[in-house]
Parts: sequence; C-alpha cells; structure tokens
Amino acid sequence: MPATSAVAIEGVWKFFGDYPALRDISFNVEGGDCLALLGRNGAGKTTLLRILAGLSKAAKGRVAIMGKDARAEDTRQRIGVLGHGIGVYEELSAYENLRLFARLYRIPDPRARSLEWLERTGLDRVADGLVREFSRGMRQRLAVARTFLHNPSLLLLDEPFTSLDDRAIKVLQDLLKAALAEGRTVIMSTHQLREALELATDVALINRGRLAFRGERTQEMLEDPGWLYRHYGEA
Amino acid sequence: MNFLRQAWAVAAKDLRSEVRSKETVNASLSFALVILLLFSFAFDPDAEQVRQISGGLLWLVFAFAGTLILNRSFARELVNDCLDALIASPATGAQIFFGKCVANYTLLVAVECVCLPIFAVFYNVKLPQRIALLFLVMLLGTWGITVIGTLFSAMTVNLRLRELMLPTLIYPMLIPALIGAIQLSTVLLGNDPLGTENQIWFRLLVVFDLIFTALALTLVEIVLVG
Repeated sequence: MPATSAVAIEGVWKFFGDYPALRDISFNVEGGDCLALLGRNGAGKTTLLRILAGLSKAAKGRVAIMGKDARAEDTRQRIGVLGHGIGVYEELSAYENLRLFARLYRIPDPRARSLEWLERTGLDRVADGLVREFSRGMRQRLAVARTFLHNPSLLLLDEPFTSLDDRAIKVLQDLLKAALAEGRTVIMSTHQLREALELATDVALINRGRLAFRGERTQEMLEDPGWLYRHYGEA
Repeated sequence: MNFLRQAWAVAAKDLRSEVRSKETVNASLSFALVILLLFSFAFDPDAEQVRQISGGLLWLVFAFAGTLILNRSFARELVNDCLDALIASPATGAQIFFGKCVANYTLLVAVECVCLPIFAVFYNVKLPQRIALLFLVMLLGTWGITVIGTLFSAMTVNLRLRELMLPTLIYPMLIPALIGAIQLSTVLLGNDPLGTENQIWFRLLVVFDLIFTALALTLVEIVLVG
C-alpha cells in the first residue's frame, strides 16, 4: 500500500448481518485526482464512503487516508464530508452552524471563516436566519459551505448533485473545480453521470459490493455516460 | 483545554437549540409537575409519612422527568444526519459525549430547581436548614443519571423503539445511585441528623459518578463508530 496515495483501500469487506455490502475492495486514489464512484442503488458506494469518512469501520481490510487511519484526529481535520443529509442544525442560524463546525475543526478565527463562507455561498444576507426557515436550496448551499469550511485536502461527496437547485449546482461545481485546481482530492458517488464525469479524472464502478472497474475517465465515457454500465455493470 | 473547548462547543449548541425549541424542557417540566400534583392528591400524607417518602418521591420525579430530556439528546442529531457531521469532525467521541452530558446536566438541574420548591409547597415540606447539602446530593445524583442516560441515548439512537428502550436500560443501571440519593434526600428533607452511617451514601454517589464517567468516556467512541 503506497503511503503517498491520498486514499489507499486494501481488501475491504463490510457486512450488514450476513450480507456482504462490500467484497474485497482494493484501489488507490492519488492526490489531486477526482474519482467518480459509480454504481446502481445498493451497490455499496455510500458504505464505502462512510468507511473512508471514519463514520463506519470495515469488517476486514485496511483504509489509509494520506497514510493514516481514517479515525485519526488529524485525518478528520483534513476531510470534508457531504453525505445524504445536509448535516446542519435546524434551530441554529446559518452563521451559528458554520461557527460551530469552525470550532470543531479548530479553525483559528471561526467568526471570520464562517462569514467568508457565507459570502462565498451567497448566504451572507441570511446569516442570522434560522435554518428551519431556509428553502431547500439555501440549506444545501449551507451544507456545501460546512463541507468546504476548513479547506479539506480530501472531499468525500455522496450524491452531491442530487436534488440541488441550479444555483447550488453552480456553486458546488465552481468550488470543486477550484479545489481540484488547488490539488485537492475528490471522491464523489453519484448517479448524475454527466456532471460527475465532466469533473472526474478517474472512475470506479462498484457492482453488488465488488469493484467492477477502476481506471481513468476516458473521452468515450464522457461522450456516452452509459458506456461503463453497459460494459462492466449489470444490464 | 482543547478537550473542554470542543466539548463546550457541542454543549453550547445543544443548549442554544433547546432554548429556541424548548422541546424537551417543556415536556420534562410539565411531566414532573403533573406527577407531583397527582401524587399529592393520591397520598394525602401526614407529616410523618412525608418525612419517610419525600426522598423517594423526589427522585422518582427527577428520574422519570430526566428520561424525557435524555431521550432526545442524541435523537435530535438524527435530523439532517447531523450526528454524521459531528462524528466526521475532529471532535472525539469523548468530547461529543461530554459536551452532551454538560448540556443534559444543565437542563436536568434546571428542571429540578423548579420542581424542588413546588414539591415543598405540595407536600408541606420545609426545605431543610442544610439545603446546600441537599443541593449537593441533587448535583451528584443527577450527574449519575446524566452520564448513564447520555451513554444509553447514544447506544439506542438508531433503534426504532428508542423511547421505550432507554428507560428500560437505564433504570436498572441507576439503582445504586438512586438508592444513595433517596436515602440522603430523605434524611436531609426530614431534618434528621446526618450520622456517619449515611456518609457511605455520599461516597457511593461520588464513586458511582467517577466510575461511570470514566467508563462512558472510554466506551463512547465504540458506541458511536463501532
């Protein structure tokens, strides 16, 4: 397992009861790459992302994030996670939510960083508004701000474009392009093949818990996003 | 210092959310007041009976009302998958747990501080001359309830029947602490002398709190992540 890989996954298994949700998954993601993690519903994408994010443990196998354990404190300091849920508190304002996570991520000036990200996501005018009063799009932009708040080196995004409004998609795409230009690593699971493949440098396809394909994103995939499923996935 | 700073961020978040929503304090307080009111009509006790049952009655109310607060402690993190966001942050399980304990403890003590004078009025009990000692018993007993309740709240957070499971699991664990708190409260509320034979209950409460705080801080990472 090369210690220099941003993410190194070796022989990972995960069981839910007797059912193997992940079966002997092994691959590496190098720093600065953007990996699109593809697969049908229930293939195991979210399970794998949760293990990478330190939210769940593999039954067998090893995961190293920048050479360290996923649950190590300094590893988590360098990971930004955007899951299915937006991960922000309804009873707090947008500013209070970001300030809370800025403190948890030990950012030196939580106030300034929170205000900066409220502005970058276009939420500065509603900074003091409670999240429970926000529209869906505003909540999603706040979730994006929470994910990027601490300048993570590795971004783990689970279905990041699902149910985003146009403005939030634009915000997220711009942020991801900027993050990749800065050499950060991105792993995103998605069903929105076209948006994901436009950003991706690499692709991994999971089929019923097994790694069915791992390689670079090719022009062929970009022109015909369904190609990968037809060749390596289920019909 | 870093441990406390992270824990305080979690505690402050929980307290701020509760101040805005009042979802658990209102439920807990109204439940406690209803029990106190109903028991005062049910028993109609004379002074001697009150002297004998006061400690038990008080802690029965505290334990039942406390469960309502503790039940929501981790359950409120399920909205928008906030628990995942917390666990994914660099805050350790112990820091998240301790922060939640501080918030729950503050809410429980606040409810108890409202209930105590109402209890005194309903049951015609004179608050003891040694009220500082009674308050100390309340603080020690409540910390025991808080630590056990918060840990089991984390353990049951993903269960469908968590509202039923939490009381079922925590009350047996709390028996030693509750016995100690009841014995001491009965003596203090009756203005009886606190002899050396009762001091063991103080020691029991302190040891119970220390042991279960240490155990919970050690185990909570496994509880939260597996």
